[in-house]
Amino acid sequence: MNSTAHNDAEPLVSVDGLVRHFDVSAPFLNRLFERLDRSYVKAVDGIDFEIGRGETFSLVGESGCGKSTVARLIVGLYQPSAGSIRYEGVEIGPVEAAADRKRMQPHMQMIFQDPYASLNPRWRVADIVAEPIRVRGLLQGKPEILSRVGDLLSQVGLSPADGDRYPHEFSGGQRQRISIARALAGEPEFLVCDEPTSALDVSVQAQILNLMKELQDRLGLTYLFISHDLAVVYHVSTKVGVMYLGRLVEWADTKTLFENPRHPYTRMLLDAIPDLEMSGRQRIPVAGEVPSPINPPSGCAFHPRCPHAEERCRTEAPEARVYDGVHVSCHAVADGRIG
Amino acid sequence: MQGDSQALLSVRNLRIEFPTRRGTLVAVDDISFDISPGEILGVVGESGAGKSLTGAAIIGLLEPPGRIAQGEIILEGERIDNLPYEAIRRIRGRRIGAIFQDPLTSLNPLYSVSRQLTETIQTHLPMNDKQARDRALELLDEVGIPGAEERIDHYPHQFSGGMRQRVVIALALCAEPRLIIADEPTTALDVSIQAQIISLLKRLCKDHGTAVMLVTHDMGVIAEAADRVAVMYSGRIAEIGPVQEVVRAAKHPYTHGLMGSIPHIGHHVDQLTQIEGSMPRLQEIPPGCPFNPRCEDVTDRCRVERPNLQPAEHSEVACHLFDGQTAEVQVNE
Repeated sequence: MNSTAHNDAEPLVSVDGLVRHFDVSAPFLNRLFERLDRSYVKAVDGIDFEIGRGETFSLVGESGCGKSTVARLIVGLYQPSAGSIRYEGVEIGPVEAAADRKRMQPHMQMIFQDPYASLNPRWRVADIVAEPIRVRGLLQGKPEILSRVGDLLSQVGLSPADGDRYPHEFSGGQRQRISIARALAGEPEFLVCDEPTSALDVSVQAQILNLMKELQDRLGLTYLFISHDLAVVYHVSTKVGVMYLGRLVEWADTKTLFENPRHPYTRMLLDAIPDLEMSGRQRIPVAGEVPSPINPPSGCAFHPRCPHAEERCRTEAPEARVYDGVHVSCHAVADGRIG
Repeated sequence: MQGDSQALLSVRNLRIEFPTRRGTLVAVDDISFDISPGEILGVVGESGAGKSLTGAAIIGLLEPPGRIAQGEIILEGERIDNLPYEAIRRIRGRRIGAIFQDPLTSLNPLYSVSRQLTETIQTHLPMNDKQARDRALELLDEVGIPGAEERIDHYPHQFSGGMRQRVVIALALCAEPRLIIADEPTTALDVSIQAQIISLLKRLCKDHGTAVMLVTHDMGVIAEAADRVAVMYSGRIAEIGPVQEVVRAAKHPYTHGLMGSIPHIGHHVDQLTQIEGSMPRLQEIPPGCPFNPRCEDVTDRCRVERPNLQPAEHSEVACHLFDGQTAEVQVNE
């Protein structure tokens, strides 16, 4: 296993065989009369990974690959269908008891993609940022809370006076700063960021990414970062996992994954990125599209698009294997057919 | 570079205004550019820079109260910005095609793809039903939809995002237009599909000699597809030139900052270049150079005097820093 620079060998978050299926069956009477079976979307279909303390673990993949579902499972917005999520070694997977969740939640917060939808338009910014403080009862008394809110707003590059304004008075980038301030208000150590910069312009994206990095260094935060933008992922992450149709096809530390991608899907994704350096280069055309997760292909879900697919890939789902710290699920890699 | 005789589209001193109760907002301010036949001109900029409005003005789809306050739009030697509604409607689709960002909203969900295609074809070309259907099939084939024969009678929701965008491109191509305005055609798509759509656009452009105005905020897409690129900021062109030069050796401080703020795979940096602040709102555009409050090389002159586009190497840059170079580089005019 790839060793991290941290003393405590225990990962902060470890995910083991995580599964989440959504029931998308037709209504009961339709099923009865039209003789339909129940059908499920296998949004997350058995994934394992670990996030070390102070790391940034990124999940990349195309739309519908289940990356956001993983984020929501980890913060407890969804309950897993199977598998476990452990935080500091304590299971938070199928939490039935509200008490359990209450114990774990203070440690984690989430930042969402759309800064327009994730802030209540009828609340003042100060109330938005103060909400986690009030809910957790971290501070008592109005003046203390207000001064903490002012403090948080300055930390994210806004002015304490902005607390009196409403979200509509801010630009997209500033709203995302407010979301970050709100997330920090709960004093988390683990932040789940679901496409935090996808709705922003590039120059604003740079500001937010720089801010997130600075906060990580200062507060020792651990991030789970969800994105479809490989360049952003390369910039922020220490480790990267590539998802395809609910499975993690490859995960490794960032440098290894980008320099020496092993799984054919990772290679294909890297090849598809527009390259600023080689302007005008002919790309290798990518074949096909992501199939529906309702009826994913048998065996390895990537086989219909894979140039290295053979009979075994069509029937047997590949197990994850570790090669020099790189976790890859691919028969072709296992058989040594590709590098 | 600006030989009007050969340009397919010439935009001259275009100014788009929005009259409001609190005064007139200038969304696009005195911009000029040309597109030659078969050329892909990329237009980049952040939200609110006026790039989509420029595209909308060219196809006559400016939403009131927005209006063209000044300037000319010339297509193949004919002025089209002051034409009556019916006349511009005939040009739109026939001579200028359009592709928009969201393929689901640009297709009618209630009509099958074949109906939408044949209707468009018959609007612009004198064809009977059979001929139009054959032409529609041909187009679907050309944009790379497998099994066009079966799929032509499907409805938009039965297609995936990438396939829908292909249908939209087929629609834009119906009457073999000379110019296509593509407004963020790949923004709603995944990278692997984006790559397919870009290479499709490039191929079509080459095969038919169609010119494309590619509006996007994604520098990567521009670098991949465009021949020339115009960088817009606060309704003005900050820099325009060959894509290689603008991407690799940006001249305007804004373009330079923009390029630095994009993360690159393979170059590890601790902090990305950051342009402080954000683009001013329309009612708050400062006098002089609109970029001056955020510019690191700002001088007193930038705060009062608006820079005009001037040649620098093979590009043109609107920045006072390049004033001195006009004497040395006498490429144009």
